Amino acid sequence: MSQSGKRILGVGAAVVLTCALIGLYVSSWATSMPPTVAATPVLGAGGGTQLTLETVPSIGPNYSPTHPSWVSYLIRQNGKWIHSTIFKVRANSIVHVTLYQYDSASGLRNPFLSQVQGTVGGTATIDGKTVNSIPPEEASHTFVIPEMGVFVPLPGIPEGAKTPCEFAPCEGADHRTVSFSFRTGKKGRYRWQCFVPCAAGTIAGFGGPMQTLGYMDGFIDVV
Amino acid sequence: MSAESHPAQPEGNHARRFTAIWLIASLIATPLVIFVLGPELPPGNGSDVASGQVTDNTVLLAMATPVLLLVVIYLLYAIIVFRQPAGAALEGPAVRGDTKIQTTWIVVTSILVLSLAAYGTVRLEQGYGAGSGSGPKPLTVPKGPKLEVQVIAQQWAFTYRYPGYGGVETTHLVLPVDQTVELHVTSIDAIHSFWAYQLGVKADANPGVDNVAFFRPTTEQIFEVHCAELCGIWHGAMFDHGRIVSAPAFALWIREQQIRFAPATKVLEPYAKTYSPEPTRRAH
Amino acid sequence: MSTTAATGTTQPTARPLWRRLIGFNLLTAVILGVGGYYLGWLIGREIDGPSYVFREKVNENDVALLLAYFFGVVGFLIGLGFANYPLSRMLGRPASLREKEQQGIGRYFGLCTDHKVVGMQYLVGIGVFFFIGGLNAMLIRTQLLHSTPTFVGPNQYLSLVGMHGTMMMGMMTSGILGPFANYFVPIMIGARRMAFPRIEALTFWLLMAAGFILTSTIFFGGFPTGWTGYAPLNTQAVMGMDSYICFFALVGISMCLLGLNMMATIITMRAPGLTWSRLPIFVWSVFGTSILMVLAAPTLIATLLMAALDRSINTSFFIAGGGGSSYLFQNLFWFFGHPEVYILALPGFGIVLELLPVFTRKPLWGYRLAVSGMLGVTLMSFFVWQHHLFVSGINADLRPFYMLSTEIISIPTGFIFLCVMGTLWRSRITFSVPMLFCLAWTFNFLIGGLSGVFLSDTPSDVTTHGSFFVMAHFHYTIMGGLIFAFFAGIYYWVPKMTGLRLNERLAKVHFWGMFLAFNSTFLPLFVLGFEGMPRRVSFYEPKFHALNVWVSVSAFVLGLSMLVFLFNAVYSLIFVRARAESNPWRSKSLEWQVPTPVPVHNFDQIPVFDSDPYDYGTPVTIGAAGAPAAAGAGA
Repeated sequence: MSQSGKRILGVGAAVVLTCALIGLYVSSWATSMPPTVAATPVLGAGGGTQLTLETVPSIGPNYSPTHPSWVSYLIRQNGKWIHSTIFKVRANSIVHVTLYQYDSASGLRNPFLSQVQGTVGGTATIDGKTVNSIPPEEASHTFVIPEMGVFVPLPGIPEGAKTPCEFAPCEGADHRTVSFSFRTGKKGRYRWQCFVPCAAGTIAGFGGPMQTLGYMDGFIDVV
Repeated sequence: MSAESHPAQPEGNHARRFTAIWLIASLIATPLVIFVLGPELPPGNGSDVASGQVTDNTVLLAMATPVLLLVVIYLLYAIIVFRQPAGAALEGPAVRGDTKIQTTWIVVTSILVLSLAAYGTVRLEQGYGAGSGSGPKPLTVPKGPKLEVQVIAQQWAFTYRYPGYGGVETTHLVLPVDQTVELHVTSIDAIHSFWAYQLGVKADANPGVDNVAFFRPTTEQIFEVHCAELCGIWHGAMFDHGRIVSAPAFALWIREQQIRFAPATKVLEPYAKTYSPEPTRRAH
Repeated sequence: MSTTAATGTTQPTARPLWRRLIGFNLLTAVILGVGGYYLGWLIGREIDGPSYVFREKVNENDVALLLAYFFGVVGFLIGLGFANYPLSRMLGRPASLREKEQQGIGRYFGLCTDHKVVGMQYLVGIGVFFFIGGLNAMLIRTQLLHSTPTFVGPNQYLSLVGMHGTMMMGMMTSGILGPFANYFVPIMIGARRMAFPRIEALTFWLLMAAGFILTSTIFFGGFPTGWTGYAPLNTQAVMGMDSYICFFALVGISMCLLGLNMMATIITMRAPGLTWSRLPIFVWSVFGTSILMVLAAPTLIATLLMAALDRSINTSFFIAGGGGSSYLFQNLFWFFGHPEVYILALPGFGIVLELLPVFTRKPLWGYRLAVSGMLGVTLMSFFVWQHHLFVSGINADLRPFYMLSTEIISIPTGFIFLCVMGTLWRSRITFSVPMLFCLAWTFNFLIGGLSGVFLSDTPSDVTTHGSFFVMAHFHYTIMGGLIFAFFAGIYYWVPKMTGLRLNERLAKVHFWGMFLAFNSTFLPLFVLGFEGMPRRVSFYEPKFHALNVWVSVSAFVLGLSMLVFLFNAVYSLIFVRARAESNPWRSKSLEWQVPTPVPVHNFDQIPVFDSDPYDYGTPVTIGAAGAPAAAGAGA
């Protein structure tokens, strides 16, 4: 092979290698999703599983170096708060959800979503009181699984709260506690999302964390 | 001499043979398309506009079939018959055009195309928009009583409001059969599109805009609703199923929704053709 | 005029490598580009970072990224040497015309004003981004093997869909004009160069910078809007959207300049005797495409600027809540978008009509008709754009008009088919690989065009808008049309561009694999669309699963056929290097009459034309039984 042929070959090999590396990088970027976290099984009568969640006003640099100021959901497993929104629950069983809400209110765009739907009894228990709706301007986030018909609005911490949370995991700061239960049916991957425009700074409040898996959207894997 | 190209077969033979093949194929295929394939064409007969679309799709397919056959059969004929013999380097006849053929082609295609445009226009206006979203001021409006239903598209679910029933908002669309519906589609954030497949309705939802579509369901069934305009991460998940039920069943259902959603109805904005996208309390 | 300029090495003594690397070349360009990027970022942070409180909350700075890209591109272009000529003229130095035309292989990696070098650069550069776009498509089809997002995350899926579409549309717009028109139009018209050689080189490097910017979107979160970039979704999107905006803006500038250059060359630099009625049909198609490029691209650039302003400094061009309108974006985008797809279609027409006479040994049938078809399409394409908006709630009065105009545009398109069929009539077909691609083009574009008739009829559009039917339609016209013509051009012209032959057997494997896999992939999409599957979704009803699996597997086979081509290209052009004859197709077109490799100045003497290049066939006498009109008569 001639001199220029060898050079072309060398360049060509380098190009192919680079392309393969780039291809691998793109594929790994495309397929990266937050980890799937299983709900904790509930022992005793009734069975089912327990999901312990929290919503925080800022995820913080420890959990997310790239987006420390984004609102986010977290799930607790074995006492630790994990930054993920993909939950695994059992099919044809009951799921109990306890959610600690640390963010302030932004208000629902569509006040229709201020009514609790699809839960057991059609109600949710907020700070001990059982209600079937909240004032729409008090909504801070929602937990909605559209395919299952589960709609739960989450109220924000009151104005002038003394110790608002700064970064996740928000232990000890002012919060509201919301608990509810819903029944699962067939197996499958169902998506859930927040409906409150809580991504301040983006048009209609629906950018950023509202459109990113791992923050305000996720999956419920019913297995 | 033109004998150069095919000594034993003059020009006319190719034309006759090809035309015969094409005519026979078209005469077989087109009726098959119209009578066998036609009734099965989407979107089905769930509503008057859907049936109209089935007819239009059948007409278009029936007109496209002979055209498709013309070019495909011609290509196959040319590939099989007009070959360069192996190892040879013959030339074809140096013909640069034929005014008669060109004129005929121009005239025929123009007539075909213009008649399609006229047909489409007539069907569009006869069908009161043929199930499409015709904007806030549609050109033609069906007569008689209409059930007004609003579709509110938001990221990422559709909700439905019934102004005639206290402005109640629901998560599923249920409609009575044989009742003309005046659908108002709007969005409160990005552009979506309400697509009820079996009902043959598709209307984009733009923020601040009222997009009106008319249709009349004709059979009781379950229909699919999909979002047909990319609206963000869960665009593909923005679907649900609606139902067409009998009028008494609908009355029962809407009453039940009014009771069930009474708390929400109290806090809803008053019914309007469009809504401001600002949330009920500003984000800070 | 002596054209025996020595190719390759002109360095008399071997200078050390580090000294040879100093100067205006790609390395300097990359360094200055990176420097410009950080400079822009710095400026953007100072302007915008601390001044908007909520921007901190969302942790994004669009102004910084846009400025970073802008300065990066400027630095890149300065590093390549594009500022040298304007600056030297401003300083009063005399004009110089040629840059780096005499150097060796290095001239392919920098600013070179030889139109043949630019053509080769385009071929390889566009090829690289075509493969990147293809990789995205493979990932998309892998995800669509599942009916829920299990393989690829839902945002990444939308970014992949957007990147695939945007990359392909942006790159393949110049897919034929870039490599083949730049290389061959001057030769075909008997000129020594293009009208504006430096602008020609600029269009290429702008495109490369743009492609790099688009691929960098994954570092900024991707973009969720697909290639159409609709507002207000594009205003909500994270920073990756700015990559899309910059990409298309640069592509728009590149298109505009490319078209301008082509038009100026074709109008003013034709050799003596080359009247408009003797112009090769390929050059006519390039001319029509150039008109579209020059007139449509600026709309895109303006629209993107408005979108960038909406995103970064909170203007409300497209935000209904602020007094703007989401319809404005749609209309402005499609005013560009529809001519854009004819920019993609016309060169395909040109290549097929140019190649058919060579492989059928007959003159082009209906030359005047073909030209009117192309010009008719060019003119009409500006009057049809609202057919993309039939169900969006536009003024209902307008729909019949756009239905009419869209139907009418199929008349000139039909002329092309008549010319193809007329050229095939009683011909002597040689089934070379370029000819196979031309025949496949005819079949594919026919299906694509007929499906367009469904979409142009508003009631039928209600069934199919926003569904996979539209996807099938445009893949048939753009991929089945343009890309097949692109490969026809490659197999036809590579022997002239490189002087080397591509392996024929591998080429036929590539063709058959591509043709069969292409139809197997996209024909079922018509069914999927008719059955109700929307576009751009990573969820679909379980009933579509089987068909999606079939389509995905076919798509993988299609990808494999592309790899066969890539292997053929590398194998034949780098390893085997078999010399091609100087006119293997026995073409009578002018570019085949010059020696291979084409001398730097193309011709020793400017040729004089006395006919068009379609002097094939044996003359036919009037009066023979059933004979058509005599040779030379008729259109």
